[in-house]
Amino acid sequence: MQKDLEAINILSREYPYGFVTEIDEDSVDAGLSEDVIRLISAKKNEPEWLLEWRLRAYRQWLTMTEPTWANVHYPPIDYQTIRYYSAPKGRANDPKSLAEIDPELLRTYEKLGIPLREQELLAGVAVDAVFDSVSVATTFREKLEQAGIYFCSFSEAVQRYPDLVQKYLGSVVPYSDNFFATLNSAVFTDGSFVYVPRGVRCPMELSTYFRINAQETGQFERTLIIAEEGSYVSYLEGCTAPMRDRNQLHAAVVELIALDDAQIRYATVQNWYPGDKEGRGGIYNFVTKRGKCLGRNSKISWTQVETGSAITWKYPGCILMGDNSIGEFYSVALTNNYQQADTGTKMIHIGKNTKSTIISKGISAGHGQNSYRGLVKIVKGASNARNYSQCDSLLIGDQCGAHTFPYLEVKNSTAQVEHEASIFKIGEDQIFYCQQRGLSTEDAVSAIVNGFCKQVLQELPMEFAVEARKLLGVRLEGSVG
Amino acid sequence: MLRIRNLCATIDEKQILRGLNLDVAAGQVHAIMGPNGSGKSTFAQVLAGRNIYRVTADDLTFEGRNLLEMPAEVRARNGLFLAFQYPVEIPGVSNLYFMRSAVNAIRSHRGLPELDAVDFMSVARAHASKLGLDDAMLKRSVNESFSGGEKKRNEILQMMMLEPRLAVLDESDSGLDIDALKVVADGINAMRHPERSIILVTHYQRLLNYIEPDRVHVLIGGSIVRSGTRELALELEERGYSWLEQPAGVEA
Repeated sequence: MQKDLEAINILSREYPYGFVTEIDEDSVDAGLSEDVIRLISAKKNEPEWLLEWRLRAYRQWLTMTEPTWANVHYPPIDYQTIRYYSAPKGRANDPKSLAEIDPELLRTYEKLGIPLREQELLAGVAVDAVFDSVSVATTFREKLEQAGIYFCSFSEAVQRYPDLVQKYLGSVVPYSDNFFATLNSAVFTDGSFVYVPRGVRCPMELSTYFRINAQETGQFERTLIIAEEGSYVSYLEGCTAPMRDRNQLHAAVVELIALDDAQIRYATVQNWYPGDKEGRGGIYNFVTKRGKCLGRNSKISWTQVETGSAITWKYPGCILMGDNSIGEFYSVALTNNYQQADTGTKMIHIGKNTKSTIISKGISAGHGQNSYRGLVKIVKGASNARNYSQCDSLLIGDQCGAHTFPYLEVKNSTAQVEHEASIFKIGEDQIFYCQQRGLSTEDAVSAIVNGFCKQVLQELPMEFAVEARKLLGVRLEGSVG
Repeated sequence: MLRIRNLCATIDEKQILRGLNLDVAAGQVHAIMGPNGSGKSTFAQVLAGRNIYRVTADDLTFEGRNLLEMPAEVRARNGLFLAFQYPVEIPGVSNLYFMRSAVNAIRSHRGLPELDAVDFMSVARAHASKLGLDDAMLKRSVNESFSGGEKKRNEILQMMMLEPRLAVLDESDSGLDIDALKVVADGINAMRHPERSIILVTHYQRLLNYIEPDRVHVLIGGSIVRSGTRELALELEERGYSWLEQPAGVEA
């Protein structure tokens, strides 16, 4: 892994001080400094306050140390070898056709039943006029704008809706939050922005998918979703998109804000490159996602299906500030080969009568290590708070591991907190039973795993659920002899 | 249909089947009886291809194909069905979904188009009602929190859906009250067909009051020590198995 890290960031460690601005339009030399941040901000034509915010984050970051408490292991990352601005990437180096794509990747797409055109899009093939995604995205956006919904890239939002961005950026995940979020705050390049006005129910599922060829958001993306009073929005992130991506570190931040009676559903199907069968390469997915139920009766649901990445470090949480607000976390995390996942949630109960539900399903196969880490915190004033947590682990084979780290902080005696945990192993008898009915071993494992994950998968929008199901099967191929 | 010569099976260094011979012709119903630990269930599972056993045979052919070369799912797709003595639970997977996957796996092997959900549902409902199983049972997770009787009937339901060429029923009668036994027996009888063979593995002869076998075999110590007609079953009912446990059948 160390080698890969080095190989990917071969550019000079001897980063010249006295930064010059005559650089290639599309990228900046590797390394991080205030100059680089100023450059990113300038390239994006950002207002002064945002640059200041980035710089504050950077200065804070310099004083921080990388967290080591997670149950994951990787060689140290040299942050000076990372290229912090490489977007928008020129399309010159993109593959020209599917013939240039790794056949293994194409085989996966095929198994997922993704149509050819979509395959081209997902693989990052330079899309010609035949593919109508741009107009699809445009039509899509016009329709949303008619409803008063803003859905655009983060950079665009900074230009078009600076007041909203300034008001909410960092209001859920402050720039000083944690090592990776702080780094992101300093150097983020792009991401998504959604604003749903008062009383509006977003008429469609919003997805990054439609923008994927337009924006190469890179390693440090930042998403901000604001749901005004009484509004509703469902957002889908991920898909099977960036498997081609060889970037090592991915440190994103997502902030959700739900005002009175608003509801946000945020679903992720994460399928980043997991590294090869020996554990070489793969993405380090160190992500901070948090939602704030700011208003009364507001609700935020996180649903995640984490199947990719070499290492996943991710705790989508909810701050339940408004009275009667609800936080939900539904998670499937799969680790195969040498993948490691340390994932879970944080539910912070502040308002009265707040409720949270945590359903976590960890699947470990091969040499995979899967940890659930969750915090349920009920502050003194949060009377009648309720939490239900269920953490189930499924083991496939005997080389893998499952771990559970629940943390509970209850400061109010009216709280009701329930935690259930279980561990299963896929039995030879279950597989034989399926085989005896004509199913292949792979289909048997897939059926058993999908059954295990049912409570989570049923939270996903229909099409996404179908894809997630197939993905789980594909990711587990060959894990049972 | 099925020809077995000198079938041996070993698990954990322990030999369970010791030179078993059997021929089953198309359309016939054979009963395999024997005391506990005689190898009846092992025989059923070995036929179905469970790979935890080390299996050898001079001949093990099913419709002219060498079963030893076929993994369990291929045997199933070729029409070999096992009703399990202890049906396995698969949490979160609906019974209906599971059966449809099975039916379609087998149909696709036979070059038939897949059944869509609607067609499948109507066939499943019709068969289920014959077995006294309601729609709700179809939607529950496979065998999860099924009663013993429901599990057995669910196995028969799957047999009806899959329309096998050879059905091996491993103690499908055990643990059933008399009414449930009749329902199961009716289900099995309804499956009798000139092109389909059935092997009933059972402890007791009572099932044979409802399903008349063409042949009855006694399995003791891993091989068939006696074969006969239905009268043999009645004799076993009266005399037990001990008179057949002759030293000649026991290997050193």
